[in-house]
Amino acid sequence: MNHTTRPTFRAGAARHRASRHTLLAPGALGATLLLAACAPGGATETDGEGGDGAAASALPASAPEEVTPGGALRFAVGSDQGCVDPQQVGSNDTIYSIRHLVDSLTDQDPETGEIVPWLAESWEVNDDASAYTFHLQEGATFSDGTPVDAEAVKTNLDRATDIGARGALIKGYLDGYAGTTVEDDRTFTVEFDRPNAQFLQATSTHTLGLLSPESAAQSDDERCASVVGSGPFTLENYEPNSSITLAKREGYDWGSSLWQHTGEAYLDTLEFSVVPESGVRSGSLQSGQVDVIGNIAPQDEEPLKAADAQLLARANPGIPFGLYVNHDNEVLSDPAVTEAIALAINREEIVETVYTTYNVPATSVLASTTPLYADQSEHLRFDPVAAEAALTEAGYAKGEDGVYAKDGQRASFDILWFNNAATNAPTLELIQQQLASVGIEVTLTEGQVADWAATVAEGNFDANWGNITRADADILRGSFHTGLANSYRLEPSDLDDVLEAQAGAADPAERAELAARAQAQIVTERHVVPVVELTTVLGVGPTVQGVAFDAGSRVQLYDAWIER
Amino acid sequence: MARYVLLRLGLAVAVLWAAYTVSFVVLYLLPGDPVAAMASGGMEGAPVGAEELAALRAQYGFDDPFLVQYGTRLWSALHGDLGASVQSGQAVTAAIAQALPSTVQLAASALVLSVLIGGGLALVATYTSVGWVRQFLLALPPVAVSLPTFWVGLVLVQWFSFTFGLFPAMGDQGWRSVVLPAVTLAVPIGALIAQVLATCLQDALREPYVVTARAKGIGRIAIHARHALRNASLPVLTVLGLVIGNLIAGSVVVETVFSRSGVGRLTVSSVSFQDLPVVQGVVVLGATVFVLTNLLVDLVLPLADPRVAVGRSYS
Repeated sequence: MNHTTRPTFRAGAARHRASRHTLLAPGALGATLLLAACAPGGATETDGEGGDGAAASALPASAPEEVTPGGALRFAVGSDQGCVDPQQVGSNDTIYSIRHLVDSLTDQDPETGEIVPWLAESWEVNDDASAYTFHLQEGATFSDGTPVDAEAVKTNLDRATDIGARGALIKGYLDGYAGTTVEDDRTFTVEFDRPNAQFLQATSTHTLGLLSPESAAQSDDERCASVVGSGPFTLENYEPNSSITLAKREGYDWGSSLWQHTGEAYLDTLEFSVVPESGVRSGSLQSGQVDVIGNIAPQDEEPLKAADAQLLARANPGIPFGLYVNHDNEVLSDPAVTEAIALAINREEIVETVYTTYNVPATSVLASTTPLYADQSEHLRFDPVAAEAALTEAGYAKGEDGVYAKDGQRASFDILWFNNAATNAPTLELIQQQLASVGIEVTLTEGQVADWAATVAEGNFDANWGNITRADADILRGSFHTGLANSYRLEPSDLDDVLEAQAGAADPAERAELAARAQAQIVTERHVVPVVELTTVLGVGPTVQGVAFDAGSRVQLYDAWIER
Repeated sequence: MARYVLLRLGLAVAVLWAAYTVSFVVLYLLPGDPVAAMASGGMEGAPVGAEELAALRAQYGFDDPFLVQYGTRLWSALHGDLGASVQSGQAVTAAIAQALPSTVQLAASALVLSVLIGGGLALVATYTSVGWVRQFLLALPPVAVSLPTFWVGLVLVQWFSFTFGLFPAMGDQGWRSVVLPAVTLAVPIGALIAQVLATCLQDALREPYVVTARAKGIGRIAIHARHALRNASLPVLTVLGLVIGNLIAGSVVVETVFSRSGVGRLTVSSVSFQDLPVVQGVVVLGATVFVLTNLLVDLVLPLADPRVAVGRSYS
């Protein structure tokens, strides 16, 4: 493999460093903060210097000029998962920091989706994607001094299979794990008892980031408090619900082939603080108290641009936000109803009304940044007339209350949703209106995020609003294969075969074709009605350079530096 | 006296047990459980199967019958073991010990501030002979009590941190980061103190002993500070229990707005994560603080007012 492509998701050059104080008219800002909640977009349209942040995320990378290494980067996130073990953490806010503690065997190019070398120089996959032989690069060590060798990888993978409830993600990646054979210090083979084509991409995730053997051997709980990896930064201090501080690893020189420079990271320390209030995060960035913030609310967009901040955006790969249909539900098991729902949702209107200017409507059951994404927008158009026609053709008639019904059964269902994104409530209220206007009645029920796994596993819902982040098409199998959890109660069909064949296809072209077939089938059979892609938007201070997104739309700060 | 103290201690233990039991029952009756919360993670990843969840519940003992779970946990709690957080695996006592100093610092600063500001306001308002000043000052506490703490915090952050850059907007390093949160938390509590003290001072100043003192030629200031204040401060001592409750409740909001770690934030995160052992620990902590404060007030009251005789009603 020849890797000439380098990542292109970089912060644009800040051309202009305005005095922060001149930008902060006290009254105006105070009013903005207070009114923001009730009047999104009410701020004046000042698409000034900061506006180029968006375009910058797509600009081709140029070699950084006059990098000034050193210093501390202060990063404000909204929450803390209570755990710093990469193998157990699933929440983006925590991944932003702990991703830097560990290296992975491979990395994934955010542009092409291609898997490229990191700790592993090269690898071979057998014909049915059930055995992977990796060759490690030389010289890498964990920060406790032990070498990153084949034995250490084996320790990590063997240990991962008995991680407790927090490790659902890693267990999914290692589905069918049969063992690891160490051939020599730098060569080992990972074997599965069935095809597992997604494993290669999984090795590029933070979840399969490698811990030192001693760290890996600790209990799940001990690892939540502290871990030792081989990454470009080490964990200096972790205070639950408050802060995660990372220090540069001295002597680091085994970075991903995607990164812009080699050797140690530019920044001395990364200070992640937990700032739950989005208004406080954005105000802190504008007043220079922090350098980068996560989770930008739509109403913060304009004030941040006005304060010269760079806004970096990238759609999260995986399954976009949408309505997952429970096939056990009598109303929704009628294909005419789900067809009408899919046609009656006006995705453009939703994106314009509720989301930042960086969000895009869903065009498939995979987000557009997912490798092997295939455009299905022809099946996801807005056509309210066709929606009503679909219902009428299937024998539904409009009742006195304006809702369609057939044999006494009204076209009415409930959407179960969770407050894991501030945009969920307004989106669903809009969907409720849009569906009501074609004669479909929707009620909304809010569940607790902590109950999500149990509620979905037990099937106590009509339709479920959600999304999944994962930069591999195999995520479809986890949700729609009837042989797995089958939380959406699908009937076994040839979709199972397609999903399974995709999971076992070692040939990329063949796998792409199968993944496209699966997407078309899931979209046209309306197992899920995709609506809008989740987009990660970061606010980056004017003097911060080199902030990059990885393939999972999480932040990579190895190449980041602060202008002085 | 000894008998009185023993009785109060016995009552305190009963209150703690009741708080523990009620919170356990309530949390147990809620839908969902910590294992599901762990498996939900950040709602990332494909859903977990029902059998897998059941197996995990068994592993953590969350499928045991109610009484078994209650008995085991209460027994451990009696031995000082409140269990471990399901979110982080940290011992609950350790998690609380880690969060407590920051909250104590915040609450103590807020308490001092509110006594100074609230007390001062009440003294000035009742001392001044200028009618409109008095009316204005007496109108402040009801306004301050009705301001939402959340809003006060955001306004203070906006002005004193983002605009003028005088204090940091977040974190808990150094005295500067305590100022804004303490002021925010002191606003409603200071108002409460001002309201109670002003009313009592006004009443006290109408008492015959004040007339006598004045007739003896004692100065206005001395009457106000020595005679009236001493009598008027007794009801303030009694509302201290209420004030402590307000401090704990207020810390939930203030710690969120000012991104401070502490018991308030611990409560928010453990409630949203359904981290039952931690929620229980926080409830027990709150009950303990409450019980201790009231015990302390009851014991201090006789020192401030010789008319209150401890133990008389019990003997």
